[in-house]
Amino acid sequence: MSRAIIRRNVILLALVLAGLFLMQFVVPEYYVLTITRMMALAVFAIGYNILLGYVGLLSLGHAMFFAAGLYGAGLASYHLGISVPLAFLGGIVAALILAAAIGFVALPTQRVSFMIVTLMFSQVGFLMTLYFAGATGGQDGLSLPHAARSISLGGWTLDLADGVVRFNLAFGLLLVALAVSFFLLVSSRGRIFSAIRENEGRTEMLGFNTFAAKLEAFLYSGTIAGAAGAAYGLLFGYIGSTFASIQYSIEVLLFTLLGGAGTLLGPLVGVALMMTMIDRLSEWTTAYLLVVGVVLIALVLWFPKGILGTIRERWLPWLM
Amino acid sequence: MTKSIFSAGSTLTRRTALKGIAAGATLIASPYVLRAAEGGTIKLGAPFHRTGIGASYGRWYERVAQAAVKLINEGGGINGKQIEMIVEDDGTDPKRGTEVIEKFATEYKVDAIFGHLFSHVVAAAGSRAGELKVPYLVCSEGHQLASGALNRYTFQPGITDVKSQVSSMAPWVAKNLGKKVTMIFPDYAFGHDHRDYFSAAIKAQGGEISALIPIPPTESSFTRYFPQIPSETEVIYHVMVGPAVLTFVKELGDHFGSTRPQIFGFIDSLEAVDLATPQLDYLEGTYFWEAYPRYAQANQTAFDKFYREKVGVDQNGASTSDPKDISTYSHMFSVWETLFVIKQAMEMAKYQGPDQKKDFIVALESLEKFPESNEHPQGEKIFNGKTHQVFGKQNISKVENTKLTVVHTTSIEDGMYEPEVDYTKMDL
Amino acid sequence: MGLGPYLFLAILEGLVQASVLTVTAVGLSLVFGVMRVVNVAHGEFFMLGAVFAWFVSNLLPDHPALGFIAALIAAPALVGAMAYASDRLILKRLNYDPEATIVATIGLLYVFQQSALIFFGPDARAVEPPFYFKIRFPWFGYDGYKLFIILAAILLMLGIWFLVKKTRIGLLMRATQLDRETAQAFGINVDNVSAYVFALGAMLAAVAAVLVVPIQQAHYLMGLDPLLLSFIVVIIGGLGSIQGTVVAAILIGLSDGILSVFFSPTLAKMVSTLLVALVLVVRPHGLFGKAER
Repeated sequence: MSRAIIRRNVILLALVLAGLFLMQFVVPEYYVLTITRMMALAVFAIGYNILLGYVGLLSLGHAMFFAAGLYGAGLASYHLGISVPLAFLGGIVAALILAAAIGFVALPTQRVSFMIVTLMFSQVGFLMTLYFAGATGGQDGLSLPHAARSISLGGWTLDLADGVVRFNLAFGLLLVALAVSFFLLVSSRGRIFSAIRENEGRTEMLGFNTFAAKLEAFLYSGTIAGAAGAAYGLLFGYIGSTFASIQYSIEVLLFTLLGGAGTLLGPLVGVALMMTMIDRLSEWTTAYLLVVGVVLIALVLWFPKGILGTIRERWLPWLM
Repeated sequence: MTKSIFSAGSTLTRRTALKGIAAGATLIASPYVLRAAEGGTIKLGAPFHRTGIGASYGRWYERVAQAAVKLINEGGGINGKQIEMIVEDDGTDPKRGTEVIEKFATEYKVDAIFGHLFSHVVAAAGSRAGELKVPYLVCSEGHQLASGALNRYTFQPGITDVKSQVSSMAPWVAKNLGKKVTMIFPDYAFGHDHRDYFSAAIKAQGGEISALIPIPPTESSFTRYFPQIPSETEVIYHVMVGPAVLTFVKELGDHFGSTRPQIFGFIDSLEAVDLATPQLDYLEGTYFWEAYPRYAQANQTAFDKFYREKVGVDQNGASTSDPKDISTYSHMFSVWETLFVIKQAMEMAKYQGPDQKKDFIVALESLEKFPESNEHPQGEKIFNGKTHQVFGKQNISKVENTKLTVVHTTSIEDGMYEPEVDYTKMDL
Repeated sequence: MGLGPYLFLAILEGLVQASVLTVTAVGLSLVFGVMRVVNVAHGEFFMLGAVFAWFVSNLLPDHPALGFIAALIAAPALVGAMAYASDRLILKRLNYDPEATIVATIGLLYVFQQSALIFFGPDARAVEPPFYFKIRFPWFGYDGYKLFIILAAILLMLGIWFLVKKTRIGLLMRATQLDRETAQAFGINVDNVSAYVFALGAMLAAVAAVLVVPIQQAHYLMGLDPLLLSFIVVIIGGLGSIQGTVVAAILIGLSDGILSVFFSPTLAKMVSTLLVALVLVVRPHGLFGKAER
């Protein structure tokens, strides 16, 4: 990737991030809240994109990593009273460990089997949150006590229930996730990933350890997804089994594909579009999911590479 | 996080200044000063379960709410203002439910939110509503509120909770049906509540639990669970919710045949389901808890007649426009009664807008009794201002000729329990 | 009840579930095998079969047997037509690109599911079985209709086997599955084959639903479980292998029933799901699958 292309993308990224950051001063309170949620879920999608878009592996069970982060952070905070920053780290570590274990076991399987294996493990995770309902609150879930939702830094206290604090924390996380994504793409790692995506056999023949590379991508993917989960739980103060269900695995797939798998900003675009669609449509009609379905079909018929993917293909070949 | 510009030492950023000016303008423009007779409405957010697993209930909740709102508006509204009910679907999903709460609080800026039913949605949404400081009136029958798991902005003044319902059943069951009980329940929070409260209550009556049979909520076939029922069981207690209940009853019948123990269930299993369905033949002669009898009884009150007429339900608890559309009669009254409670409290607080939220909350907490009336057709109620939970009568009905006939009504005291929390001590 | 009879009961119940699952999963397997696409809307075809069965049998309320037979013919036909249209209008235009197909079928899932909510409603509705027949074993009574389901499934599978192995249509299907390009070179209209296979897969799901709806009730969300289970079965059994799918369906249908005799149901589900994942880890192509060419 040439310097010029990288520079253009950095500028684009900076502009998008600046715009996003400034939104909190411009838009009404409700949108600040929704954008906060979008950013947290976008981090989830960014993690997912590393696996799907960069390496070409379609997992149908990524909700388990989001849930690992969510429960890791949430349970640490709820039962052990651990402070927010440490709980957040706890959530990330939990997701990392899970990603290592699952990656090791699932990656050797082939395309469709990989999808089902990840789906199955995710289901086991979901069932576990129900089975250990004594600790997890099961389907009802747990609300983190208000006292547990503030960060003390030196003399300052940041209240996580405050919209502004939340927005900026989510923004910070998004920034980090995008940066990781960006560096993966421009690095040699990124090139190995794309090589594997294009033709794994050939890459292996060229002497690369494809398994190690895939595992590495899997770790990045799962950990970032876990960070999103930990953030979501701590910022919004609720953990529950729903987040570990298949619905969320499918949603993140949708976000990523809609925005454009394999593009840097695709996940963000996908999240923003889907959430806005659902939110606005549900005001007008009860049948909003039906409209979503129709829109999905239309999008995939005419923009199969997702929105940014199509833009990249047709107009802006330098778009990362 | 707005500090009033009237308070000393406030940090006056442009944002707070603008908000302060707006607040000031509202104060100046309020009827206390200008005496505007009309203008402004009372906005109520209604996150009904229009889709998802709660959809059967959500639709009826919406119908009943619309009937109640129409009635109140025809009578002049609340404090001279008409009620504007804003409905949004939450898909019976905790995440979406919470987002909808945020929307009501920050975009529509409603005066109060009411109408949630499913407990996992309430759990998520309730704490958010508390953070956003929006009065949140639950129409659920969950015990989370009274157990202290929610916050001072949450109330349940329209329907009793499951602990109260279940424990008030035990004395009658022990005396009339039997003391050895096998419980069949769905293996999640709702079922666990039944398991825990009824086990405690029946033991207090000198009874015992013969067996506990938890069933996964999505189970579609039950035959293989029935052999776990011990032969000395005197009563089978069931509360199977979900689309599979018809299968459950039929297979129960296949299993036992004509020599069966007594059977006691909660009408939750059969809300919106027609008792005359052939698969439910086996229920003949069995008993059900009902909050509010679906079939109009011989001693039907004028209040019940009025209520049925207004919400469009006939003598059999079905929709007047479609006799096959059975209502969720033991739950939907919660919406009706909650709306009238909102009216009552707002009138007490002379409520005109969201700046008087705290007055509204305090007024709600001061309520003590609701007499049986058009506003409270299910029956007389006692409200506990500290736990924010209401207590009322429960009914036990017998299935006779595919209709339900009430055989026993508990007193309000039968369902009372020691308060577990005092929300009034918390800050607003 | 003693352990022996209890197990017997669990096995019978497991066989009933396995029967329905087999028919549904074979539908998915055919689609996987010939078209190489993941149809996330397969469960919705199942649900639509049940819903249409209710509509049809509701037209003949006093004749459950006739209503059932009519449903058995009409529901799969309607569902098959809808599937055929979906393939022609949507999937074909995507050139069966794997990821695009997933998104499109997810879109179809939403469309079908919400349409069912609008036209059928959120309540579960019952359909009368065509006959009432109780078999009295020494230890328990058993619904004869359930045994009919097992029989029907066996007949259906024999029919499919015959279709695939012995008829010309089956030959076309197998050729397209084996090597799409060569088949095309031989003059086979592979797009037509795909459309018909997609319709056939959907029809099988619909038939399975019609068979099970008298004991299970029709509900607009009932498609999710069969979808998950069919996925499991098809992958375990091996891509495109019908006998693999049948064996896997029987195994999974039975294991679920038997495991829950000994373990709590949630735990049993966890164990069986984990087992499924581990089988795939050890044999990535499923029990009977062959590597893709």
